[in-house]
Amino acid sequence: MSGHSTYQPTNRALIWLEKRLPIGGLIHSSFIAYPTPRNLNYWWTFGGILSFMLGVQIITGIILAMHYTPHVDLAFKSVETIMRDVNFGWLLRYLHANGAAMFFLAVYIHMFRGMYYGSYKEPREVLWILGVILYLLMMATGFMGYVLVWGQMSFWAATVITNLFSAIPVVGDTIVTWLWGGYAVGNPTLNRFYSLHYLLPFVIAGVVVLHVWALHVAGQNNPTGIEPKSDKDTVPFTPYATVKDGFLIVCFCLVYAWFVFYIPNYLGHPDNYIPANPAVTPAEIVPEWYYLPFYAILRSIPNKLLGVIALFSSIGILAFLPWLDTSKVRSARYRPLYRQFFWLFVIAAVGLGWLGSKPPEGIYVILARVFTFYYFAFFLIVLPLLGIFEKTKPLPNSISESVLGAKA
Amino acid sequence: MTTVSSAEQHTRRDFLYIATGAVGAVGAAAVLVPLITQMNPDASTIAAGAPVEIDLAPIAEGQIVKVFWRSKPIFIFHRTAKEIAEAKDVPVASLPDPQPDSERVKQGHEQWLVVIGICTHLGCIPLAHQGEYDGWFCPCHGSQYDTAGRIRKGPAPKNLFLPPYAFISDTKIRIG
Repeated sequence: MSGHSTYQPTNRALIWLEKRLPIGGLIHSSFIAYPTPRNLNYWWTFGGILSFMLGVQIITGIILAMHYTPHVDLAFKSVETIMRDVNFGWLLRYLHANGAAMFFLAVYIHMFRGMYYGSYKEPREVLWILGVILYLLMMATGFMGYVLVWGQMSFWAATVITNLFSAIPVVGDTIVTWLWGGYAVGNPTLNRFYSLHYLLPFVIAGVVVLHVWALHVAGQNNPTGIEPKSDKDTVPFTPYATVKDGFLIVCFCLVYAWFVFYIPNYLGHPDNYIPANPAVTPAEIVPEWYYLPFYAILRSIPNKLLGVIALFSSIGILAFLPWLDTSKVRSARYRPLYRQFFWLFVIAAVGLGWLGSKPPEGIYVILARVFTFYYFAFFLIVLPLLGIFEKTKPLPNSISESVLGAKA
Repeated sequence: MTTVSSAEQHTRRDFLYIATGAVGAVGAAAVLVPLITQMNPDASTIAAGAPVEIDLAPIAEGQIVKVFWRSKPIFIFHRTAKEIAEAKDVPVASLPDPQPDSERVKQGHEQWLVVIGICTHLGCIPLAHQGEYDGWFCPCHGSQYDTAGRIRKGPAPKNLFLPPYAFISDTKIRIG
């Protein structure tokens, strides 16, 4: 693809710098002149939103770390100190806690968008896999951050999640003791989680660079799923994508601010305002909402090892999506059958999330099993077969034709 | 110095490359050992895991008390005659993790059940005197244990584990 302009600094200092470190040209070609398909819709703004949220989480997190004490006797107290005594501490903590939820909301929309428009298909497989890695890193980071509060839910979430590894035959218990640094979740566990919770966001930032790099090599997918063929099919990143991303970041912030200022504890669990007590498990323990679908999958299988395997496979299977989907057509717009199965998948995934918050009994168990079955069947049966049997609709000749009609 | 290039021939230099690489790989692996084992329980944690002695006299019949050993909760259950009978009457073969009651307690002290109070599913602490089998009910994922601490229903794969313990008198045990 040819660009829309090239970087030619006129300022003498910039010319001097450019000869020695061509960073201006890199930024210009990546975020200003970079050609983006002209038909991108608002679902394509979530990458920008995610970058913004990563920045918010790192900034608020670094500040919270200045006031937090990672010790079993002091952690909960230091969080309450942040809430009551630290200047604007309540705001920073609510921004960080709700920011995690918003981060996951955005990543789920981003992933569903990728699935709907076939953004994982050749030549974007590596881009997609880097995204799966980012999602895994986000889950690990979010989990460890939740533990730092050291409330009842923190403690028991740490216990249950680390115990997932005890399902591994033979070496399971050794691994769990190693993870804990003791015979139960305790101070060593809290300390190492703090260390890793500080580290992982920067690992995420590093993988984001690779993700954006891979994106800029393959170019963005678009709602038609066909590659841009001429300059008529693209517009420069700035101002078109910058303004569109910026507008939706502002809209997203409205939702974010509504949570932070009006219902800051809505997504949390009240039991996490009880200090961690290793002697008593709360009557009802549930993970944060963004893990609920996987929690429901774990619970729907009445065998410990198989349940844990299902839990990890439900995430791991995403990495194989580019090869499980055998269809040559990318966008669901031109795949009438895939579109229906896709929306069923969304219902199953969201439904599993809802079921994860319900007690594991009666109709909830049956529904969770049905949805779990569909979740895996979608990847392992539906997608490979659709590529063979589905009759797709004719693709437009070019992006500009799909936007402007045949006469363009 | 010879100038003949010998791509096919193995030279002293090839040997040196391989030998250097091998020593380097062993060195890198050796460095990993401290980096990994530092996460295992430290000396003070292990020292704090020494045996504890528990006086059973104050525990009334039917009562379950919770003590801690190696930061794990230990349930000490003073079983009633009815609860012992319930544990004995179950056909062992019908259990998910078959174990007769006699293997769960010390001989001659059948009224005392001592188990690690950690659900064998994912590590929650089951609630005493709850569930359908008069034993424990785990609030996390619904596993149910009977009066011998055996798994009867739910996702847990194993019976509640037995800690190492011994009676040092009729009313005193040492755990660990």
